[in-house]
Amino acid sequence: MTATLAHVVHAEWTKFRTVRGWVIGMVVAALMPVLFALLVGVSSDQKGSPPVPIGPGGEPVTDSFYFVHRPLTGNGSITVSVSALRSSIPKRPGDLRPGVVPWAKAGIVIKESTRQGSPYAAIMVTGSHGVRMQDSYVNDTAGLPGPVSAASVRWLRLDRSGEVITGYASAGGTRWTKVGTVRVRGLGPTAQGGLFVASPPSVDGMGTRGSVSTAVFGDLRIRGRWAGGNWTGDQVGAESPTFSGYPRGTSGSFTGAGSDGSFTVTGAGDMAPAVRDTLPTGGTLGEILTGTFAALIVVIVVGALFITTEYRKNLIHVTLAAGPGRSRVLAAKAMVLGGVTFVAGFAGALVAVPLGERLARANGVYIFPVASSTELRVELGIAALLATASVLALAVGTVFRHSAGAVTTVIVAIVLPYILIAIPFMPASVSDWLARVTPGAAFAVQQTLVPYHQVTSNYTPYYGYYPLAPWAGFAVLAGYAVASLAAAALLLRRRDA
Amino acid sequence: MRPALHAEWTKLRTVTGPLWLLLGTVAATVALSAGATSVVRCASTGCGGDMTKLSLIGVQLGQALVVILAVLVIAGEYSTGMIRTTLAAMPRRATVLAAKAVTLAGVVAAAGTIAVLGSLVAGRLLLPGHAFTTARGHPALSLADGPTLRAAVGSILYLALIALLSLGVATAVRDSATSIGIVLGLLYLVPILSQMIGDPRWRRLLQQIGPMSAGLAIQATTDIPSLPIGPWAGLGVTAGWAAAALLAGGLLLRRRDA
Repeated sequence: MTATLAHVVHAEWTKFRTVRGWVIGMVVAALMPVLFALLVGVSSDQKGSPPVPIGPGGEPVTDSFYFVHRPLTGNGSITVSVSALRSSIPKRPGDLRPGVVPWAKAGIVIKESTRQGSPYAAIMVTGSHGVRMQDSYVNDTAGLPGPVSAASVRWLRLDRSGEVITGYASAGGTRWTKVGTVRVRGLGPTAQGGLFVASPPSVDGMGTRGSVSTAVFGDLRIRGRWAGGNWTGDQVGAESPTFSGYPRGTSGSFTGAGSDGSFTVTGAGDMAPAVRDTLPTGGTLGEILTGTFAALIVVIVVGALFITTEYRKNLIHVTLAAGPGRSRVLAAKAMVLGGVTFVAGFAGALVAVPLGERLARANGVYIFPVASSTELRVELGIAALLATASVLALAVGTVFRHSAGAVTTVIVAIVLPYILIAIPFMPASVSDWLARVTPGAAFAVQQTLVPYHQVTSNYTPYYGYYPLAPWAGFAVLAGYAVASLAAAALLLRRRDA
Repeated sequence: MRPALHAEWTKLRTVTGPLWLLLGTVAATVALSAGATSVVRCASTGCGGDMTKLSLIGVQLGQALVVILAVLVIAGEYSTGMIRTTLAAMPRRATVLAAKAVTLAGVVAAAGTIAVLGSLVAGRLLLPGHAFTTARGHPALSLADGPTLRAAVGSILYLALIALLSLGVATAVRDSATSIGIVLGLLYLVPILSQMIGDPRWRRLLQQIGPMSAGLAIQATTDIPSLPIGPWAGLGVTAGWAAAALLAGGLLLRRRDA
């Protein structure tokens, strides 16, 4: 009688469900994410902290900058020249040094109000990305390249017509080039318009340092129904979780000479989508699912034991005698183990994610928003990660025929890269490499954050930005599992049991 | 005690597994340390950072092999049934465990010394090539430097303590795979969890009680007041874990049938 695959699977399923320790292990693996989500949820308390500014698209934003403004009712335009943009970065607290802040910004903006997160369109010169037109925090269009200086003055203009704002740039103030036209929804009849300076934190190794920038404006001209009186200087978003404040000993300010329309404006902050660095208090689904690591260790132990116990108890002779197709036995074991682990992992994630989100929000913690399809992808991804890791442990256990080495190898291969990524001074290239080639790459399935080219930041796995797409990262782990299974099947056939 | 020690030493010496695991510990520790020190870059705005600690990063990998060795010293006997022979020959179970602990701590400390010195030599040779020079505030690593010496000696003690912790857990659990899962979980999960926790008090508490996060405070040579726990106090926490695990293992060994 030859045993069909269905028979072998049934036999393996019977073995699995009748060993109490393995069943308990799977229950524990399902409970771990829930337990850790509870722990992460209740241990965080940010009640009473200022709310995270939300942009028109629903995403968290940084909206903190120095704004020299006047109300503009209806249509109008504003023109200015910029002849200098200088940035300073503190070497130590209080010790400012001149430096380059690539996305330091100085220019003109028309914005619904000074409320954080309100819609706007702006045209600006930047530290090292030339003239840019930006709107709604996430959109960015390149204009004239090159840095600004007294020798290469940049002229900027914004025209407002209803909700439509058009930005122009010029190198001499006579020949203008259109940079972009945008519709700013919700701009309202009376908006705030004027000059602004922003200076985002400078990235330094694994951390950031607040910077401050000063711009020299000239030839300010306005047309249309601008309110009379003086220009008002305000720090927009002075108190904000997405703004780390001014370097010690500096503050936002402006001086206007009046008759020739020249201004010197100093500011810090940014007008941009928030990223992990600029919103350090924000949480992600990956953090809620920290328990994955604990579950991972449990399923790796069970996966290795599922085969090594047979060697230890000499049950393997009976197993292989009953089902002489040795690869088939291995396949059946992988199917049973992978299936059970997937179900346990999915159940755990399905409960842990909403529970952790609710607890975190109840404690005032902001969670980076995700679409429900992304949430499902993360939950399925975690289940697939756990299932594949347990199959990898099964395969390595078959090769080693000994649980101690198998368990350690698989745990170290998946968990250690994650710990190494968190070492300070590890260059992004190395942590990216670790997150590409080691089985730990599979943690990319947790990724919910999006990097932005117009925000300089630490886009490293440590901060939740993975170099591989979620399923590509998973495929790396799956590749290791398939290769190990193939090696295991080969050795199982070649060797005596 | 002497015959028990002699018996344990013979058991450890006459199979090839322990030797390979000790060699593996040295190789893994030095390889990871050298790997880490050969990829770091000194940022243009200044390096900062603790290069002694970075040079000893390999201990985080090497300890995994120490865990296997320590777990197998006792769980291996349970899986083969050797434990019954051992206990028949040495009926005083506490003595057996004590002899195992002493032998294990000795061989791990010996291998740990080679691993730690190898890592420091790698750091001393590699770091100046990556702009970590005296002129930029990073003199070459040297054992003549008090904090570096403390980090080196402490790392060796740390590895020995991890071996004792693993021995205690394995004596209580008696299954090698489960014991390794528990010990590696205790070591690696606490640092990961503490990164994820928002509340700084909880994070600090976790880093103070985790056997790895507290124990490796012994490797810090810069900015010590800002650490969650002092170097020797941290190693004391790891020692506490090892003592508790050995005590629990010892009590269960006396109570249970083998």
